[in-house]
Amino acid sequence: MSTTPRTSASAENVLAIDAGVAETLLTGFLRDEVRKAGFSDVIVGASGGVDSSLVVALAARALGAAHVHAVSMPYRTSNPDSVADARAVCQTFDVVLEVVDISAQVDAYFAAHADADRTRRGNKMARERMSVLYDLSAVHRALVLGTSNKTELLLGYGTLFGDMASALNPIGDLYKTQVYALGRALQLPEPVLSKPPSADLFEGQTDEGDLGLPYATIDVILFHAVDERRSRAELDAMGFDPAIVDSVLRRVRASQYKRRLPVIAKVSQRTIDRDFRYPRDWGL
Amino acid sequence: MAVDERAAARISVSGVHDAPAAGSLVTALVQLAPRLGDVHANLERHHALIAEARAAGASLVVFPELSLTGYFLKDLVPECALRLDSDEVESLAERCADVDALVGCVLESEDTRFYNAALYLSRGTVAHVHRKVYLPTYGIFDEQRYLGAGSSFHTFEMRGRHLRAWRAGVLICEDMWHPSAAALLARQRVDMMLCPSASPGRGVGSGMALGTAQSYDAMTRTYAQLSTAYVVYCNRVGYEDGIGFWGGSRVVGPDGSPLAEPAGADEAIVYHRLERSALRRARIATPLLRDERHDVNDAENERIRRERPRD
Repeated sequence: MSTTPRTSASAENVLAIDAGVAETLLTGFLRDEVRKAGFSDVIVGASGGVDSSLVVALAARALGAAHVHAVSMPYRTSNPDSVADARAVCQTFDVVLEVVDISAQVDAYFAAHADADRTRRGNKMARERMSVLYDLSAVHRALVLGTSNKTELLLGYGTLFGDMASALNPIGDLYKTQVYALGRALQLPEPVLSKPPSADLFEGQTDEGDLGLPYATIDVILFHAVDERRSRAELDAMGFDPAIVDSVLRRVRASQYKRRLPVIAKVSQRTIDRDFRYPRDWGL
Repeated sequence: MAVDERAAARISVSGVHDAPAAGSLVTALVQLAPRLGDVHANLERHHALIAEARAAGASLVVFPELSLTGYFLKDLVPECALRLDSDEVESLAERCADVDALVGCVLESEDTRFYNAALYLSRGTVAHVHRKVYLPTYGIFDEQRYLGAGSSFHTFEMRGRHLRAWRAGVLICEDMWHPSAAALLARQRVDMMLCPSASPGRGVGSGMALGTAQSYDAMTRTYAQLSTAYVVYCNRVGYEDGIGFWGGSRVVGPDGSPLAEPAGADEAIVYHRLERSALRRARIATPLLRDERHDVNDAENERIRRERPRD
């Protein structure tokens, strides 16, 4: 008989997913929602990271590689491995990769704002990439797929109207740990799975450096707090470091605005999203 | 619509068509993906699918919950609602002159209440209406905001083609999560529980199936075995606002064993033959209905009601 208490449950246990079931659900989601909207193609910003690589793989399986348009959008300081990894992913899944260098448009703007810090510069790059993707989506008659995972969305670790913008997001309900698990099951190229996750907005940046915590820790806390709805007292009793729990939960609360539509001042009898409530798929 | 090949092979469609075996019926489970909020497109498909199933030898065609409207309607509820005397309902009833069908819709009452309803169509009329009693309002569900709740679990005798003497009752999706509802049908001696559903798939945690699929697997087997009746479960497929419905329609026999592997997650019509003789065998092997102590049940419920009047 096991005497291991529940509190020591490892990330593998609570975050384990059945890759086959998840793949069926997510490829079905892409086929159904894309075709219902009258589209046959999708467009994805391919960074060479595990999130966008998984989205490319799922989309290729769901819609056929010819219906997936991947776009790599490096800035001049981006790690050259990022484009190389995106290329390897697209070769693996037979998807055509377009490369659009965003250096000129970003530099043109910051020529007049030379004092901008790296947060401003990073957000600007994310929004330039968004504007390129949406422009090319019109060229290809394709829907923009989101590549933000559940961990990023809950922590608000993304740029509003930048990388968080999309029409459909197949991986927004998978924690980072689960993105890796599904990515392994779909046989993403090894470098994509083994390199440290990074937004690659400045040299040497890593997600875990930005967040100050490993994803394995964050994901388990988020799973228990969000999915299992455990109270603060229960989380403490499970043995998590209270300071870490504080910092994770604070980030979730502080970033709530990023997960909602802008606040609309109520004036009329029926206000969008308050008492004018229709499904997103209305009319499809 | 694609027909499940294995299911088609299991029944002799031509044999059924030519000479219906005494005491048996063929049911068609139509697990479709309704177009959200488009009653007329869905109505056309219902006409075509009922005709297709009828031609394949089915005498009972079962559609999922809210099959004429789709599920996450929100403010579309009043726009999609049908009255019992509407042209839409009448035209579907007329389609069911020589085949019976259970279809799902938002039913509007004369005093403008809206119900999540299943209509049993037979011999050209609406022969029975079940209004969903248990309206889930938690998690992703918000039914009580938009819909009124039914308040009864009546049963009815099927009188259509090849259906004489079968007694049935209806549980719509969340109704199934309340064993008291299944017990009320069993007490009325149903031969089959008709269970249309719009169950969203969630939980990809572990094992080989969705968490919700495992729950329905347990419930359909348990209700069939404990009430020694057929459980006819028809769940929808497709996605609404990113939420996937997992299908898995199946018939479970009165011994608690599914007649076949559940259907997958794509649109399909699955055919099953139901036999009166199987009901008889199950009730001989396990005479639970004979042994049920309604007197004890009634007395205990009365005592509990007295002791806990606020429940």
